[in-house]
Amino acid sequence: MLHLSIFLFFGAICAAGAVNLLVQRHPINSALSLIAVMVSLAVEYLLLGAEFVAAVQVIIYAGAIMVLFVFVIMLLNAGVEERIEGSRVAMILGIPGMLVGSALVAWVLLERSGTSSVAVGSLPGYPKEIAGLLFHDFLLPFEVTSVLVLIAIMGAVVLASHPDSETQQKKES
Amino acid sequence: MYALISLVKIVIALVLLLTAVAYSVWLERKVVGHIQNRWGPTRVGPFGLLQPLADGAKFLFKEDLTPPYVYKPLYIAAPMISVIFALTSIAVIPIGNSITVGGIRTPLQIADVNIGLLIVLGITSMGVYGIALAGWSSNSKYSLLGSLRASAQMVSYEIALGLSLIGVLIMSGSFSLREIVDAQGGTFWGFIPRWNIFQGQFVAFFIYLMAAFAETNRIPFDLPEAETELVAGYHTEYSAMKFAMFFMAEYANMITVACLASLLFLGGWHGPLFGPAWLQELLPIAWFALRIFGFLFLYIWIRGTLPRFRYDQLMSFGWKFLFPLAIANLVITALIVALKA
Repeated sequence: MLHLSIFLFFGAICAAGAVNLLVQRHPINSALSLIAVMVSLAVEYLLLGAEFVAAVQVIIYAGAIMVLFVFVIMLLNAGVEERIEGSRVAMILGIPGMLVGSALVAWVLLERSGTSSVAVGSLPGYPKEIAGLLFHDFLLPFEVTSVLVLIAIMGAVVLASHPDSETQQKKES
Repeated sequence: MYALISLVKIVIALVLLLTAVAYSVWLERKVVGHIQNRWGPTRVGPFGLLQPLADGAKFLFKEDLTPPYVYKPLYIAAPMISVIFALTSIAVIPIGNSITVGGIRTPLQIADVNIGLLIVLGITSMGVYGIALAGWSSNSKYSLLGSLRASAQMVSYEIALGLSLIGVLIMSGSFSLREIVDAQGGTFWGFIPRWNIFQGQFVAFFIYLMAAFAETNRIPFDLPEAETELVAGYHTEYSAMKFAMFFMAEYANMITVACLASLLFLGGWHGPLFGPAWLQELLPIAWFALRIFGFLFLYIWIRGTLPRFRYDQLMSFGWKFLFPLAIANLVITALIVALKA
């Protein structure tokens, strides 16, 4: 019972953080709400028994990726965003559409597919189980994903290095 | 009963940590003083031993100045974030084996979780927000430069730090700090202790040491503070207890890093046990404390010896030297463990 109430509490924080992310006008407040969402997600994983995933969620998303987000916001010294006149059609159709869509997804997950609800603390949590899944059962998808990430990294390096400015620097030196 | 024991342990751990923080400041002032041929604190109490109390009282009674044009919510939250994450990570760190008090045997650790090491890494990686937000919300160019440097430096060196630990993890096959320490018991040929540092993880220990200095923003990696160029870096605009919180966070982080170093590389609380039963219970704690003291002394010694890096040197040292070295160490360790198995 205590577990369930903590679970619901952090679920509420997660949803509130996500809404706050959209509502806030200053980018740094939005970034901080996203951090709150990620940390409360990690707590949810922890409560479900997926300790390893929870720790990785905090280290990778909250501790590394969001630090870079905050870093870029600070570096660009991004100020308060101007609120432009949004299209009214988007407001009228978008919010009900979003609600209907999420209700549909929830209904399909609950009723139509073979998924059943997971008891609190029953997900595979030990690093050894995760390692077995990653490096034995799902080895091929794992390796393909690693290659994909590697390609993305190399693409980022290529995009970030301007060949023109490099040759210019060589000429100057 | 269980909750009561946990509560007592939490209080004891916090008191121990805060006392250690206060007295490592004293130790630093004293040792650096002697390195520079001065006395350090001498006035308050014998050997200046009451100096931390006087400092604390001073911090409490100073004017708590909030400069105009700061972004107030984050300006106030930043020191709290720093100190909260610095103090929380002690929860999973064991300071010794189990101990029996009044017929109840309990491990000397607030929470024994099977992913203890990952939790420490996660909590310390969140600590960077305190520094980053402090610099940004202060609305001052020195603070902003300091916090930009801090975020870049901490993210860069976290990679080398994490990779240097994986070698130890491969050898012990567990994330639990207690199991990692247990795997280091016993000796080679009767006299060399079976610590990870003597099991071929010497390079990893070196990488960990360097990265840990950078993670805790200590000299020679204290670019975020760099008082000669940035006044005081990210905490330029802070005064009184808010400044003291950053100070406490820095020293608490030093102690956490020292605990991790002794648990992962230096055999934790293993050491010769002798004497009556009560002494055998307490000796592991003393051995562990001795290692932490040695590590802190090393910190201070280096602070008194080395000058500061230049910023580009810091980045190229992290990315071009420590990072490849950590990967090489990881590959070689994995190969050796795989061939032995």
